[in-house]
Amino acid sequence: MKVILNAEQIERALANLADQIADSKAPRQPDQASSDNGLAIIGIRSRGEILAQRLADRLSKKLHKPVPCGTLDITLYRDDLNAPHGTNQPQVRTTEIGFDIDGKIIILVDDVLYTGRSARAAMDALIDLGRPKAIRLAVLVERVGRELPIQADYCGCKADVHPGQSVQVNLVESDGKDEVVVE
Amino acid sequence: MDRILDIVERHTPGRTLRRLGTGMSIIHRGKPFKWHRKHLLGLRDLSVDEITHILDTAKGFEQISTRSVKKAPPLRGKVVVNLFFEDSTRTRNSFSLAASRLSADVIEFTQKMSSVSKGETLLDTARNLEAMGIDIVVIRHSAAGAPMLLSRNIKACVVNAGDGFCEHPTQGLLDVYTIRQMRDSLAGLKIAIVGDIAHSRVARSDLWAMTKLGAEVTFVGPPTLMPAEVGRLPVKVSYSLDQVIEQMDVINMLRIQFERLGGSPFPSTREYSRYFGLTVERMKRAKPDILVMHPGPINRGLEIESEVADGRNSVILRQVTNGLAVRMAVLFLVNQAAAETTG
Repeated sequence: MKVILNAEQIERALANLADQIADSKAPRQPDQASSDNGLAIIGIRSRGEILAQRLADRLSKKLHKPVPCGTLDITLYRDDLNAPHGTNQPQVRTTEIGFDIDGKIIILVDDVLYTGRSARAAMDALIDLGRPKAIRLAVLVERVGRELPIQADYCGCKADVHPGQSVQVNLVESDGKDEVVVE
Repeated sequence: MDRILDIVERHTPGRTLRRLGTGMSIIHRGKPFKWHRKHLLGLRDLSVDEITHILDTAKGFEQISTRSVKKAPPLRGKVVVNLFFEDSTRTRNSFSLAASRLSADVIEFTQKMSSVSKGETLLDTARNLEAMGIDIVVIRHSAAGAPMLLSRNIKACVVNAGDGFCEHPTQGLLDVYTIRQMRDSLAGLKIAIVGDIAHSRVARSDLWAMTKLGAEVTFVGPPTLMPAEVGRLPVKVSYSLDQVIEQMDVINMLRIQFERLGGSPFPSTREYSRYFGLTVERMKRAKPDILVMHPGPINRGLEIESEVADGRNSVILRQVTNGLAVRMAVLFLVNQAAAETTG
């Protein structure tokens, strides 16, 4: 087991992500009133949910206005539901998004981007909830191994990890400690 | 795939318990649980964990019915057959809609329009349907045990939508789901199930689900409508609604099923409603926050007065809405268990 990010480095990566998101300009479409609907953060259960909340807090401070934050459960949209899972059976949980996503720029947040399959499922799940102006992907850790044509728009750190290894993101809220480890 | 497996791995029971142990309830309400039943035949044999898992899963399906695209893809490419040998509107429609919202294809089968009227047996009908490549059979039958017979003879998943006077598991589940939604927990609640207990599979499924979740159930009705085996069930019995109504947190009024009543179990409908009907007068003696339930369809003015059925304590329509989420969860879970065995 190797620690690739400690608590301080995770904080710095999140600050960096918030800066990137705040700095990036949304493409303007002046004829559409919806271009004013603004930014919203949506985290993919379960680590993405926590990271999304932290990012939303940072962005709210930075932009001096509240940035709405929600949680997406992608279980029903997974592409492996008809495969055996052994003891790791996927569990359906609730999606909690308390705002209208129509016309908003949605920053989708996950802890690790690897195959891209979670991001694909999350995009399909989002589209069933409305029609955002744009969906962008922000991840804490990006590693090679994409199986779908998906990339992150905002990335906290790139990790060089062997295919056989797994990246585990531990966070204070869920695991008692901020730390990214490779196992 | 590893990435997805990674995600799943982080949801293993030990980890969640540890998380909850840190005082962070933000992650998950319940502990992850492996569902392994391909068939839902009744609630009598389910564990508390299994019932809780269905209810927790149903919570994730509630929102599908409230958004603009009322559909999700988990049963895409699957075929669900509604095999109904008895009349039903609510349950059949609810199962059809639940299956459609999960993107399954649905075949409606009713006895009157089928070869059953030409003498085909249950198993032959089912095997023929199975030869068409169906995945889930939802069955209602007048014979207790028909769903079990079916489950032992076909490969598809079987969901009981009511068998004889035995069980109606999804009704029991939606009833406890509704109570849990209103009261958080069933532990310690006093619940009366009132009316024609003898002919009610709802009463039996309710009894199993409610007692397993910690409620105290009382069957209330005239002695002629009590089942013979009532002494062997984990339930209190009362022949007077007036004697028990004040203590109740929940009251579930069963429909008088005229189509099943042979002879005359009570002298007149007027006399029945005088002793066992839920009237405005009687409601004045109940707890102010009592939940009034009814599995439908209602005989207004007989077992329940209109003012009560439509009143502020009534959760009858909420039961119907919840039925959809619970049935989506059940269809999803039996399919999930089937995926484990067939790959």
